[in-house]
Amino acid sequence: MMSEVRFHGRGGQGVVTTSKILANAFARTGQFGASFPMFGFERRGAPVTAFGRFSDKPVREKTQIYNPNILVVLDPSQKHSPTVFDGLLPGGMLLLNDKKNTGDVSHENLRKLAVVDANGIAMEEIGLSIPNTVVVGAFAKMSGLLDIATVVAALADYFSGKKLAANEICAQRGFQEVQMFDL
Amino acid sequence: MNTTETPSRIKVITGNAAAAIAAKLARPDVVAAYPITPQTEVIEQISTFHASGEMDCELITVEGENSAMNAVMAASLAGGRVFTASSSWGLVFMYDAVLAVAGARAPVVMVNVNRETPGIIAVSSGQQDMISTRDAGWIFLIAEDCQEVLDLVLQAYRLAEDYDIQLPVMVHYDGFFLSYLSEGVDIPEQETVDRFLSVLETQPKRTVLHPGEKLGVGSHGILGGYMELRHKHVTAMERSKAKFEEIDKEFSGIFGRSYGGQLEEYRTDDADIVLVGSGSMCGTIKSVIDDQREKGVRIGLVKIRMYRPFPHKALVAALKGKKAVGVVDRSLAFGFDGGPIYTELKAFETRMDGAQLVSFIDGIANTDITKTNVDKMIQMTRDLADGKDVPEVTWVSYPEANTKGEK
Repeated sequence: MMSEVRFHGRGGQGVVTTSKILANAFARTGQFGASFPMFGFERRGAPVTAFGRFSDKPVREKTQIYNPNILVVLDPSQKHSPTVFDGLLPGGMLLLNDKKNTGDVSHENLRKLAVVDANGIAMEEIGLSIPNTVVVGAFAKMSGLLDIATVVAALADYFSGKKLAANEICAQRGFQEVQMFDL
Repeated sequence: MNTTETPSRIKVITGNAAAAIAAKLARPDVVAAYPITPQTEVIEQISTFHASGEMDCELITVEGENSAMNAVMAASLAGGRVFTASSSWGLVFMYDAVLAVAGARAPVVMVNVNRETPGIIAVSSGQQDMISTRDAGWIFLIAEDCQEVLDLVLQAYRLAEDYDIQLPVMVHYDGFFLSYLSEGVDIPEQETVDRFLSVLETQPKRTVLHPGEKLGVGSHGILGGYMELRHKHVTAMERSKAKFEEIDKEFSGIFGRSYGGQLEEYRTDDADIVLVGSGSMCGTIKSVIDDQREKGVRIGLVKIRMYRPFPHKALVAALKGKKAVGVVDRSLAFGFDGGPIYTELKAFETRMDGAQLVSFIDGIANTDITKTNVDKMIQMTRDLADGKDVPEVTWVSYPEANTKGEK
């Protein structure tokens, strides 16, 4: 079975790294992960979209994702954007980085909403509002597709030393503190 | 579904990282390069390897691409193993040196991360830079995924530096769709790569420049002398086809991965219709073919892995007797309305025992070659096979091109 995940955020939030860490974690389980971003010039603050395909079989498609079953939104200001929900499949899930569930996020095909205050946790643990490593931990919990230990292990390919330790805590807290709602 | 970690040699890396790691594993003496989107990460990675001491090469961070190509040409002619990387405007800016490298038969290996090419500014994927350079006298190889990027760079050294070939090789892969794609890549051990490349050390030594010795390279030739050099170049290009097949077989024995040489054929044996493509689009096409096969459509793919020299004999053999063939181009051949690969293949249509060709242009400037688009191409190719009226050329993502209105 293949999960098709679309990531929405802004340059500087670590959107691309989020998708890479998850692809890495899937590969560590002997499964297959492929992710890529789509942008022109790289710059902070510009909207960034990334795509992730995670499967028990090799992933050969090299196209963008038009019908995701999972959405990951790192930038809370995009939570009402029609573009974000475009093509979401019935039974879809959304993982949202936001202070709390404001109760106003909805889409006809959205069945599960997970909210985590990734900016807040990241500020406490690494002193920067870069939410990506909290989000990957929360993704493991929401999707049930990965063990948190595997996600934490994958972080070692992207961080080292004190940064690694702090980001490991971010992922653990994301896993523990994410709140899930059935819609 | 297994959710826990299992040990493996597979690393999740981008196409750019795969190129940089392959370059490192080949142990070049000199790397000279200048960054450009979407290639920049290749140079960043090599700089990191160089700074950490993992890569023992001369790294020349030049002020522009023209110097990069001139630097690696000089190093190559002095007997060094070299590497560079570029894309689009960068490739254009080094163009005179690209031609000179070919004329000097310097075995330079480079990656070109395919991107649209000037005059319209487009920071986006497309094979136009490859097409604009196709007659430079280089061997061109094209990768479909990150693993193939790594494997082709290694194979490129065996091909370029082979005593019987001595030609520059450019490995192409799609910008954005492959350069930034992170996926699992089996990274070989250094010892394995050393063993694969060690064959070159058993061959006669090519002629190289030595300080104090009198030897001319890149000197001018006229009339017969010029023709001799050019004819030798052309025949070396032809020889490289069989050599590439041999290298692929040997690679398979050592690394356990085989791609089929000049072409990869996917489910073509009993196919009535075939798509011809190259690069990252082939992964998508294969997944669509699997879906269509389940519905009983007898369709296959021929993937062009070696584009220069043009593998016309292998293509004719693969396409002979098929009912219809759709050729997918991610670039334009100004002066022809069909795509470049279509136009080249068209010259051999009469040798294909009735197979009819049709041209699809898609994937220009980051336009996504979606599964829906591939379905459309397959349907039109089936229609052609069924004797229906199908336009010779279709711009799949730009319907305005297919109506009579636009001028």
